[in-house]
Amino acid sequence: MPTRTIDQVLAELPTFAGLEPAYLELISGCGANGGFEAGEYLAREGDRADSFFAIRHGRVALEVAAPGKGPLLITTLGEGAVVGWSWLFPPYRWSFDARAMEPTRVIAFDGACLRGKCEEDKALGYELMRRFASNMLDRLQATRLQLLDLYGEPAAG
Amino acid sequence: MTPRPFQVSASRRETEDSWTLALEPADGGAAPAFLPGQFNMIYAFGVGEVPISISGDPAAGGPLEHTVRAVGPVSAAICRARPGDQLGVRGPFGSSWPLAAAEGRHAVVVAGGVGLAPLRPVVLGALAMRQRLEGLVLLCGGRSPADLLFGPELEGWEEDPRLDVGVTVDSAGGEWRGHVGVVTTLIDGAAFDPARAVAFVVGPEVMMRFTVEALLARGMDAADVYISIERNMKCAVTQCGRCQFGPTFACREGPVMRFAEIERFFRVREL
Ligand SMILES: Cc1cc2nc3c(=O)[nH]c(=O)nc-3n(C[C@H](O)[C@H](O)[C@H](O)COP(=O)(O)OP(=O)(O)OC[C@H]3O[C@@H](n4cnc5c(N)ncnc54)[C@H](O)[C@@H]3O)c2cc1C
Ligand code: FES
Repeated sequence: MPTRTIDQVLAELPTFAGLEPAYLELISGCGANGGFEAGEYLAREGDRADSFFAIRHGRVALEVAAPGKGPLLITTLGEGAVVGWSWLFPPYRWSFDARAMEPTRVIAFDGACLRGKCEEDKALGYELMRRFASNMLDRLQATRLQLLDLYGEPAAG
Repeated sequence: MTPRPFQVSASRRETEDSWTLALEPADGGAAPAFLPGQFNMIYAFGVGEVPISISGDPAAGGPLEHTVRAVGPVSAAICRARPGDQLGVRGPFGSSWPLAAAEGRHAVVVAGGVGLAPLRPVVLGALAMRQRLEGLVLLCGGRSPADLLFGPELEGWEEDPRLDVGVTVDSAGGEWRGHVGVVTTLIDGAAFDPARAVAFVVGPEVMMRFTVEALLARGMDAADVYISIERNMKCAVTQCGRCQFGPTFACREGPVMRFAEIERFFRVREL
């Protein structure tokens, strides 16, 4: 199988799909292929968030360490999902642990590099922020539903 | 219509508050035939009667199976029934899942919580006609891993190459290998062609609303989405009006209905 370039891979991920090829090339300049074994951490709560990840294959758990209880899973993210928004805003610190649940292939982005490109080219910045905002909205809505404890109330079935 | 006495022949605890009961006619006759999606009125003697879907395999014959979650006096009394105890049964009533509509297409089954109970006959029926389906997808959401129904069977389905299974829970500890998040988050990544799919959805109403939206956003037609309306019923035979919305009686036209046909009523806040 011919190796695909990062911009080709990016074009297939929902967050980046439909971006102009020139933008995809610019963004991919800040990305590199990476991989994590099951159980390896992509990021740790409190660490400096200089990067974020787009999942190509595999699954990642976002969790919070709870003393005496082990980690609490907040959500799991699969193929196509973006892991990490903390690189976007000061103080650039990870809010959660991100752990690979299975062998996971990612594109790892250098956050500072991408922020720099967004500053230089505001149109690119706007386009990317729009996509990240839509991503965050989806996740916020899913989290709200998750918080409703829908199955706790007597109903279905 | 008076309830026919049935004897509990087996009971299995599914979760903290849910049980599956096998029921056989106390008079020694045969249990009635039923279609997937239909329900019976189950009477706990001296307590009351409630509608409960049939969770067994329509093709299997044998005892009736019902999976019940204890949420109030009647359902709790049913859950307490043990082998040898008697319950009254009226039914089966209501419409059924149109599995035949999935022939040559993808069958997409989406269950939330106890919603997997009325959908179990669909999964079993779909497996039986698997060669005639393009694909079979089962997406299940639950509160936590311990709240998932049909544990061992669900694990078997996860291993079974004939169907694609996604299981997600709202909360779990670090040892959980499945997804965490609401069931709607599984829809985008599920292996089906929305233009050639039929969906069968049961769960709490809010979950069904968001699930249907996610299915439509993925490109499905509202005419290909079926849900089960499980609002309160009393007589089950179009007499009391308890389940009526507009000209429709959920106990007769439902519980299984095409989303496109009830969309208007589905958004009504109180029935
Ligand atoms: C067609 C149909 C099929 C059903 N299938 C199943 C099944 O397979 N397994 C199962 O466990 N339950 C099923 N139910 C729901 C079941 O009928 C109710 O849980 C039961 O009637 C509750 O009665 P109760 O006396 O135990 O509790 P109640 O005291 O009557 O109710 C307890 C709580 O549950 C709420 N409630 C009652 N009925 C419903 C309902 N239908 N929808 C939402 N909230 C409700 C009440 O508002 C109250 O808050 C089905 C309902 C219908 C209409
Ligand atoms: S339950 Fe009485 S009319 Fe439907």
